[in-house]
Amino acid sequence: MVCEMETDQIEEMDVEVLSSMWPEDVGTEADKQFNVEKPAGDLDTLKEVTIETRTIADMTRLPNLLNSTHQGSSQLTNLVKQWEYMQDNAVRLLKEELKNLDRQREEAEAKELKIIEEYKFESNEPENVPVLDETSDLFRRFRQKKRDALVDSKKIEIYEEFDTVAYWKQKALSLEKMLEASTERERRLMEKLSESLKTMESQSAPVQELTQNLKRAEGFLHFILQNAPIVMGHQDKDLRYLFIYNKYPSLREQDILGKTDVEIFHGGGVKESEDFKREVLEKGKASKREITFTTDLFGSKTFLIYVEPVYNKAGEKIGINYMGMEVTDQVVKREKMAKLREDNAVRKAMESELNKTIHITEETMRAKQMLATMSHEIRSPLSGVVGMAEILSTTKLDKEQRQLLNVMISSGDLVLQLINDILDLSKVESGVMRLEATKFRPREVVKHVLQTAAASLKKSLTLEGNIADDVPIEVVGDVLRIRQILTNLISNAIKFTHEGNVGIKLQVISEPSFVRDNALNADTEEHEQNGLTETSVWICCDVWDTGIGIPENALPCLFKKYMQASADHARKYGGTGLGLAICKQLVELMGGQLTVTSRVSEGSTFTFILPYKVGRSDDYSDDQDEFSDMADQQSEPDDTAEGYFQFKPLLGSIYSNGGPGISNDFLPHKVMLTSPIKLINGFVADPSNNTGQSEMLQLENGGYMDESKLETSSGHCPESAHQYENGNGRCFSKESESCSSSQASSEGGTLEMESELTVSSHREEEKAETEVKETSKPKILLVEDNKINIMVAKSMMKQLGHTMDIANNGVEAITAINSSSYDLVLMDVCMPVLDGLKATRLIRSYEETGNWNAAIEAGVDISTSENEQVCMRPTNRLPIIAMTANTLAESSEECYANGMDSFISKPVTLQKLRECLQQYLH
Amino acid sequence: MDTLIAQLQRRFCDFTISLYHQGFLDDQFTELKKLQDECSPDFVAEVVTLFFEDCEKLISNMARALDQTGNVDFKLVGSSVHQLKGSSSSVGAKRVKGLCVTLKECCDSQNYEGCVRCLQQVDIEYKTLKAKLQDLFNLEQQIVQAGGRIPQVDI
Repeated sequence: MVCEMETDQIEEMDVEVLSSMWPEDVGTEADKQFNVEKPAGDLDTLKEVTIETRTIADMTRLPNLLNSTHQGSSQLTNLVKQWEYMQDNAVRLLKEELKNLDRQREEAEAKELKIIEEYKFESNEPENVPVLDETSDLFRRFRQKKRDALVDSKKIEIYEEFDTVAYWKQKALSLEKMLEASTERERRLMEKLSESLKTMESQSAPVQELTQNLKRAEGFLHFILQNAPIVMGHQDKDLRYLFIYNKYPSLREQDILGKTDVEIFHGGGVKESEDFKREVLEKGKASKREITFTTDLFGSKTFLIYVEPVYNKAGEKIGINYMGMEVTDQVVKREKMAKLREDNAVRKAMESELNKTIHITEETMRAKQMLATMSHEIRSPLSGVVGMAEILSTTKLDKEQRQLLNVMISSGDLVLQLINDILDLSKVESGVMRLEATKFRPREVVKHVLQTAAASLKKSLTLEGNIADDVPIEVVGDVLRIRQILTNLISNAIKFTHEGNVGIKLQVISEPSFVRDNALNADTEEHEQNGLTETSVWICCDVWDTGIGIPENALPCLFKKYMQASADHARKYGGTGLGLAICKQLVELMGGQLTVTSRVSEGSTFTFILPYKVGRSDDYSDDQDEFSDMADQQSEPDDTAEGYFQFKPLLGSIYSNGGPGISNDFLPHKVMLTSPIKLINGFVADPSNNTGQSEMLQLENGGYMDESKLETSSGHCPESAHQYENGNGRCFSKESESCSSSQASSEGGTLEMESELTVSSHREEEKAETEVKETSKPKILLVEDNKINIMVAKSMMKQLGHTMDIANNGVEAITAINSSSYDLVLMDVCMPVLDGLKATRLIRSYEETGNWNAAIEAGVDISTSENEQVCMRPTNRLPIIAMTANTLAESSEECYANGMDSFISKPVTLQKLRECLQQYLH
Repeated sequence: MDTLIAQLQRRFCDFTISLYHQGFLDDQFTELKKLQDECSPDFVAEVVTLFFEDCEKLISNMARALDQTGNVDFKLVGSSVHQLKGSSSSVGAKRVKGLCVTLKECCDSQNYEGCVRCLQQVDIEYKTLKAKLQDLFNLEQQIVQAGGRIPQVDI
């Protein structure tokens, strides 16, 4: 009974405690979904943590949840178990105590019974004995018993010997005492019992402690939660919110509860989170994910969301718990870091790539420099070999010797050509190649190229030149390079064509598409450079043939270095395989494009399109190539606008087939152009101040001239013919071997005719020379800024029997040339004030125009007192020999391009000087 | 007396050969020697003297230019070294010429450290060469004074 009482009390307390933590409808009103009750006891029980009630947004249907889910019930079970254990303990203790008391009472009763039985109380006596109310029943029984026993004992006591009053009185007294003692004991027992009851009450303390524990735990939870920047919630199977806790609530309960994410929020990420939750629900596996929301409600934020499925006791999914934490800043930081790392990696990769490229470029440059230097070094001695071989070929040789020599010369020529090509290529590739912008006449260029080709033609091919009317008479460009390209393509075409035609066609086209994009830039640049109001014109040049053609599969590698259409071709036709590569590079360098179309056994057409500037038409052409300055004076009127040239097969009838205006200048051009290297000057050093000498020369040459006139059937006026033939003869006398060798015609009447010519002119020249030598020493000008070099060169000249004038730079050289005439100029390339290349260009311009306008324009002060001489048109081309150091910047190519005739590489030695003088002075 | 001359002549030959072998001189110096004849008996000495004067001037020019830390006029250095290269090439001062080539490269790539280093070497090299050639000329003089003939040295 006591036990029951205690349990009731504890239960009551438990309910009280729970109500402080959970809504009061726990376990009673489970269906009231949307009713939210705020815990009433919070403020009292958790004063120390001061929970703000607004932080808890909602608690609803939790009892239901707790009752139905494992998590909820296990929590409760734990509490119940703990409590049950405590209760059990208390009950056990109480039971033990009760047992003790019972035993003691039973003992006392047994003793009393014994006493009564033993002493057989009188009926009245027990009346006086204080009795416990509670034990009245027992006492009655006890009295009955006593009465029953009394009858028997009386009978027995009669026979007793102690049957005296005194004795019995005594006995009664002692018995009374014993009774008193017994009562006393009873009373004490009662006290003990009440005491024990009191201790029972104190047994309820552990329950209270438990309650307190619970309160603390709850307080702790609240304490943590109120500072945690998280959102927690529970959603049912349909993902409707049943519970949500939000540190920063922005919506009211009714806006959230019973609704899904999609219903509450709008914007990016909502759907994703919904899907994620659904996925977790379906898979039944808790997981985490980062989701970025962009909602109207709180802008763009990233949440780390943890979702776990919730099961009921039967193991069915009933919803999910989810916890979200805002990690926007962290994500931003992380992304920044990742980006930085990525950038770093990219930069490192780029750096290493760049280093590699730089390394490769450096290596390539070094290799190219090396190649250029080597080529240069090889070329000089090789020129010697070829030159000597050519000289040798002028001597008397038998047929076999001549054949051998021809092979030797052509091999030498090939090697020289190869080296020149390599130098060209390496120059273009290393960016050293500089382009010149000079005025030239495209018709002339085409004509000359064709003439040159026709001159060395060994096949019966017809060469055609076709220039559209709209092609300007004069354009500006790098004529040397353009001529190089044309020559290359034409010789290629001739090489691979056995019969039919080869031709060049020029026409103006509109600006091609590949330049239109960067045309603007280029144009502005050009304009800045030139400062002239020039217009640009695009000219398309086709070099076509009716040759063997190129198979389609060979086209891609056609422009690659050292590549020919096939190895078979290479063997059959020879060549370096560099020509087209150079052409392509040059065309591209000039901003154009080189393409090819071809059909096997029908022919090929190489097309290059280049931009040219069109100069003012009234300007005097200052770019007349060195080959034509004489001829142009005669044929200029007809030539300038002529748009069609044709060169028919020449074999057998060399001069009769030339069209009008061609035969006039055909021979000299042929002779000069066919020399494989530009060693030939082609013009005699004709001291114009020595008029008497000149006359004599004229006389001397007259005989020969008449002869040649007959043969060429050309009608020159005697004056020009003198100069003309003089040059021609000179050329033959010195370099006729080159003519014959490169023409390589060991047959044909033409050649015989020519060699006759050669011999005769040679004789004439020698006569003339000796006489020239007798009267005047050749005048040599050394243009050099280095004192030591001057000293050494002067001393060498002295040893060779010459004296020379010195000019310290280009300007001094021009002044010297202006004031007196020289037979030879040795020109240093790199000089202060005005370098050798520029000076040479100005001198050439003077030779062509007869005035120093170009030089004056360039800032060279030409004294005006020499006016008369200035007006006099120079008649001869002054040999200018460059003195170069072996660097890319001052290569022989550049010397040639600037109008120099040859070069001596530094340091100058006696031998080199002697060879040079031998070649250019006679 | 004859033995002295012979000794001097041998020393002259050895010394000349050593100059070539050690790369101080090259064939161009031989060219110079060829240019020396009765008309200009001191041609080589004259040229060489001029060369050393030139060296001194150009090197001090370059040193001054390179001294302007921060805005070194590499163009100026470049033109000076070009001059020096030409001169050294003309007299056959092989080592100086080689260093000039390197110095020119350094200059073209605006490699200040390289320029300074090369210039120091050029300075050392030309002074060494000057001393050596001085010795050579002294030897020549001694031979002439002793009444001997300067021997032809084939390299």
